[in-house]
Amino acid sequence: MNTVSAERLATIFVEAADTLVDEFDLLEFLHMLTDRARSLVEAAAAGLMLADERGQLEFMAGSDENVRLVELFQLQNDQGPCLEAFRTGQPIINIDLGAATDRWSRFAPRAVEAGFRSVHAFPLRLRTQVIGALNIFGSSAGGDFHPADVPIMQALADVATIGLMQERAIRRSEALTEQLQGALNSRIIIEQAKGALAQVHGITVDEAFRRIRAYARNNNRRLTEVSELIVTDLTRLPGLMQP
Amino acid sequence: MTSAANEDEHRTLVRRLIERQPADLGLLKRICVASAEALSASGAGISVMTADGTRGVCATSDPVSERVEELQYVLGEGPCIDAFAARRPVLAADLSDAATFQWPVYAPAAQDDGVCAVFAFPLQVGAARLGVMDIFRDHVGRLTGTELQTAFTFAVVTVEALLDMQQNGVARDGDDTAVLDVGRRAELFQAQGMVMMQLGVSIGEALVRMRAYAYAENRRLEDVARDVVERRLRWDGNK
Repeated sequence: MNTVSAERLATIFVEAADTLVDEFDLLEFLHMLTDRARSLVEAAAAGLMLADERGQLEFMAGSDENVRLVELFQLQNDQGPCLEAFRTGQPIINIDLGAATDRWSRFAPRAVEAGFRSVHAFPLRLRTQVIGALNIFGSSAGGDFHPADVPIMQALADVATIGLMQERAIRRSEALTEQLQGALNSRIIIEQAKGALAQVHGITVDEAFRRIRAYARNNNRRLTEVSELIVTDLTRLPGLMQP
Repeated sequence: MTSAANEDEHRTLVRRLIERQPADLGLLKRICVASAEALSASGAGISVMTADGTRGVCATSDPVSERVEELQYVLGEGPCIDAFAARRPVLAADLSDAATFQWPVYAPAAQDDGVCAVFAFPLQVGAARLGVMDIFRDHVGRLTGTELQTAFTFAVVTVEALLDMQQNGVARDGDDTAVLDVGRRAELFQAQGMVMMQLGVSIGEALVRMRAYAYAENRRLEDVARDVVERRLRWDGNK
């Protein structure tokens, strides 16, 4: 992967800061971050997992959300770079998936099957706590992180953590739990909306998600809000009702 | 795997605590009494909401909790109302902390009844909102990590109980576990959205129908969901 240019990086941080200011939607924000993390290092895919109150890692956002990729995230509750980054609090970088079967007997072969060659994970840290991980997949040979890029990706992961704490008073430690639980439920609403839209138009759930995101973006509306309307009152989104 | 096993264990424990309560109390009241006991709370309450946000049934562990639970609806403010609206828990470990929580009338009134902390957990599956569970404590202080986990498990078990109640009182033996995890159950929620559109019913009703079907056919809910998403099974008669 290429070394990150300062201009691109600056743009992303300004965009992140801008998102955090008004009409903040956590899932929208996390999706934006995974998109940018992916394109920043020209990776094949990026995704973000957060731990719930049981320490279970839940998939929250991906640069794309096709079934195979989501499955790779779900597998990581048992083994994989996200779980290791989450447990150790340290970045896991430049792992050659073809040579990682001993380390992750189920995850590594599945990731190779899905077309990935390398994988990386960065912990989401909040003070002494680790609350999740940012996962990057590379597909081309030599898809390695330059040492200089590592702190940059870690900074992006840290921005995700700041986003989590944004909506409510940071001094309350319960705020994180409230926020996480709310986000987990929003994630369910998005899945419900994907299914509903897929049914209405006879399309795949992946295509449904692309339409939902595009609609939210083009109409300047929040991902969660659009998803909720799809499930509760689709007639209020005429743009999504047409095929 | 360990966390999943841990989750099952937790669920079994919570079910056992509920089953230990006198059978003549009614399921929701038994849940209230059991959750209060398990969480060192002075009481608990469950408010069931209809789809349009109006309130239906309410169960509480004791008369004081009933009064404090009712109070929120009389005054139109409180943790339970906020949790329902925001679709996430509201953890008020100290009701006297007026700066953090905006309940100028409810907070002092609840304190007059001896309630110093309220923890409100929405009973929901994504956009399907069924109600809220409130845990009341007569002392200030946070729930510990373990207590939070227990409280969330109580909430999940209550959601399932409410879904079963809508399913014409079909009794289940509780082996249908962990249906509410997002990551591992994306298909379930997608199927729910599809069935909703096939039947023209609410998102909550869609889950009730899928559960009823899984039960009648003696199949796992997640297998039924996969068939729906892969379009091998549909509800609108065009099989």
